Amino acid sequence: MKKITILFFILVLTFSTISLGANQKIVIDGSTTVGPIAKAFAEYYMALNKDVNISVSESGSGNGAKSLINNKCDIADMSRFMKKSEFKAAIDNGISPVAHVVALDGLPILVHPSNPVQGLTLEQVRNMYMGIIRNWKEVGGPDKKIILISRDTNSGTYETFSKLIMKRAKIFKKCEYVGSNGAVKGRVQNTNNAIGYAGLGFVDRTVKALKVNGIYPSKKTVTSGKYPIARPLFMFTNGYPKMGSHLYNFIRIYMTKKGQEIVKRIGFVPVTAY
Amino acid sequence: MKNQTYNSILISKGTSRLRRLVSFFTRSGFFLITSIAIFAVFLIILFVAKDALPFFHLRGIGEFFTSIRWYPASEPPEFGVLPIIFGSILVTFLSTLISVPLALFSAFSLSDILPFSVRQVVKPIIEIIAAIPSVAYGFFALVIFAPFLQRSGGHLLGVGVWMIGVPVFGVIIIILGQTISGKFISSHSKISEFIIYSVLIIPAFFILYKLFKTFSAIKVESGTNAFNVSIILAIMALPTIVSVAEDALFAAGREIREGSYALGATRAETLLRVVVPAVKSGIFAAVILGIMRALGETMVVWMASGNASQIPDPIYNIMEPIRTLTATIAGDMGEADHVTGSARYHVLFAMALFLLIFSFTGNIITEWIMSRSRKKWGN
Repeated sequence: MKKITILFFILVLTFSTISLGANQKIVIDGSTTVGPIAKAFAEYYMALNKDVNISVSESGSGNGAKSLINNKCDIADMSRFMKKSEFKAAIDNGISPVAHVVALDGLPILVHPSNPVQGLTLEQVRNMYMGIIRNWKEVGGPDKKIILISRDTNSGTYETFSKLIMKRAKIFKKCEYVGSNGAVKGRVQNTNNAIGYAGLGFVDRTVKALKVNGIYPSKKTVTSGKYPIARPLFMFTNGYPKMGSHLYNFIRIYMTKKGQEIVKRIGFVPVTAY
Repeated sequence: MKNQTYNSILISKGTSRLRRLVSFFTRSGFFLITSIAIFAVFLIILFVAKDALPFFHLRGIGEFFTSIRWYPASEPPEFGVLPIIFGSILVTFLSTLISVPLALFSAFSLSDILPFSVRQVVKPIIEIIAAIPSVAYGFFALVIFAPFLQRSGGHLLGVGVWMIGVPVFGVIIIILGQTISGKFISSHSKISEFIIYSVLIIPAFFILYKLFKTFSAIKVESGTNAFNVSIILAIMALPTIVSVAEDALFAAGREIREGSYALGATRAETLLRVVVPAVKSGIFAAVILGIMRALGETMVVWMASGNASQIPDPIYNIMEPIRTLTATIAGDMGEADHVTGSARYHVLFAMALFLLIFSFTGNIITEWIMSRSRKKWGN
């Protein structure tokens, strides 16, 4: 009995210290692609400011927008821009969404290092994923069937791919779906005739990134907008945060040197003009 | 604690009022605990059905069961679940085909053929295999087995042809040889038997060699396919089936076996004609558990089946990537929008409901078969 009482007091004490200490709370919800950036920023920011508690959930861009509209979160992570209908719903609810581009993301097209093909056009990639081009020899490769690898339809990466390359056309039924960018890379590493796509951070010498429309995916070509499969990653707030507030400081992390290092470390491209 | 009170109440029959009251509450307590399990299952079905029915309301029933186009994220979306149902059934069927004979033979040999000391060592090891988390199997399937299949899948199949072919053909040859020599040749001379067997063995060997050649020539294009997953699922189901079936065989006891030997039965006759019929329901239960393990497994299929929502072309091509119900439910849950109640969200529940009904019907049918056979056998 005594033990339980002591335990109870400890619990009460911890909870009270938490509630006393963390008088500031920032709630973040949204995209699974932007989530890692938000998490890394949150970790960094909470280490500097012990009195702030930041919670990051990843429920998808659509749900992030919905929470912001319903005032359930302070920041909505989104791997796409807000739709007009979402803007309208927000204004009707008295929320004015403001977009902050925190990073850029490029999607390299990956093949096995032994594949002699060096580059493809957007149209060729699209035709492969539509099942029109089924053999590598049609694009100057060996006489081998193409194994298509895609991210699952659940991911922001898929959303981007389907928007920028597929233009919403339906992907061929033989395409294989895997659950993470790492798994895409793993499958391409191990499969001679595979083609896949993943975040820029996943390119190393075990997989070969192809030139698309003659442009090799790199931080430089993504930032300059030359590489065709690239997108900005957003954080949306309700109006511009009050200057000097924790939210203000948090949303500006991406502009700092440390913030850009974090973005780079996770595999995205920092937003810089140089 | 509760059990003790219960016992003590049972023992002292001259009861006071208080004791009867305690007894009543303990009994109802136990009843409640038992019902929680059943109640939970009931609630699960209820809530799954509640979220599944809006899908059929939104999209109708036809598309779900007949269309082969699964594009949940497209505009407009398409929800043809037929290839996914096919994938689930294919993988379950294949893995059962591999695991059940293997597992039953191991159970037989552990309980009745191998020495007892071997069983005492092997059984715990098999049970440890059951404790390996499925994500570890999935990792193995994706990182090791899939590239191996791509490199030398044909050779593996070729070896498989010999492994399955030799015993199968052996049994066929022995049976055929026995019947032929029994029917046509009255005198059982060694030479005539030798001739009959060699006449049978040579074509059998040729057939096997031809099969070996064909299978060895197969090039596996993608290692994450129905075959890969079926093998891994079979391995995962093995320990469950072996363990439960062996427990049943072991529980049959010494007496029944000794009785059979005493009547002059051989070891094989005792096992196949006496022990197995006696514990048939236990073996059945083991097989069902194994099948359900394969049907319900999610992580391995999500990682290593390729998740391509297609019916292989040709339909028996098990080296093609497929997609299963469980993997789709797990993989599509995140982005499916449950706030607005979209069809993409409800379709997952419709699939879960289908899976539930499917396994339930399977269980009920086996129960029915078992109860029938029990009546027939009178036990």
